[in-house]
Amino acid sequence: MKLVYFAWVRERVGKTDEDLEVPEGIATVADLVRWLKGRGEEYEYAFENDGIVRAAIDHVHVKPEAPIAGAREIAFFPPMTGG
Amino acid sequence: MKGGSAMARTIRIQAEPFDVAGETAALTRGRADIGAVVSFMGFCRDEGGRLTALELEHYPGMAEAEIARIAERAESRWPLLGLTVIHRFGRLSLGEEIVLVLAASAHRTAAFEAASFLMDYLKTQAPFWKREHLKDGTVGAWVEAKEADDRAVERWG
Repeated sequence: MKLVYFAWVRERVGKTDEDLEVPEGIATVADLVRWLKGRGEEYEYAFENDGIVRAAIDHVHVKPEAPIAGAREIAFFPPMTGG
Repeated sequence: MKGGSAMARTIRIQAEPFDVAGETAALTRGRADIGAVVSFMGFCRDEGGRLTALELEHYPGMAEAEIARIAERAESRWPLLGLTVIHRFGRLSLGEEIVLVLAASAHRTAAFEAASFLMDYLKTQAPFWKREHLKDGTVGAWVEAKEADDRAVERWG
């Protein structure tokens, strides 16, 4: 599964993207965040405030409870500030 | 296009500046059904004399897709005849334009409301992030999302 990061989430994680083998039992975006936070302090830092970081699956905004099965690309980013 | 009343939609994400007069002409050329075009431009603005520029990061692919979804919602809500959305990315100096929205309709009310709707959703849903470049030459903080922008979206129900 490809993960991509933007803005300060990207800076905190320390990479723009990565391909990860996500273990079975990680069913939702919230599960994925919990699992990532256990992988190292950079993820712990990026996701330190629950509910701040937004997610998208295959270019569509999703909520934490969204299932990740079948996702090709999951993105994590801060609240948007364009326009 | 059917009978000149088809919806003309243009969405572009680009580093280059845009020309509002040229974009408006492209939207209205050959159309006798458009009676109103509302245009909105957002500019790179200083914050208390601290900035030299803003840098805009975006999510390629999703930015276009999300703006298209916002445009579809506007088109289903108002009788629009044309929409143009251009959003820039990269390093933009103070006074440079960031975003252009053109909304065309037969009458002004739909055009005004659709342009406002598009901007409210663009600011909170389109995957762009601004960061400050400071006068002392350093790169400053990422701009924080504003609660007022979230409230602006809520009014559309």
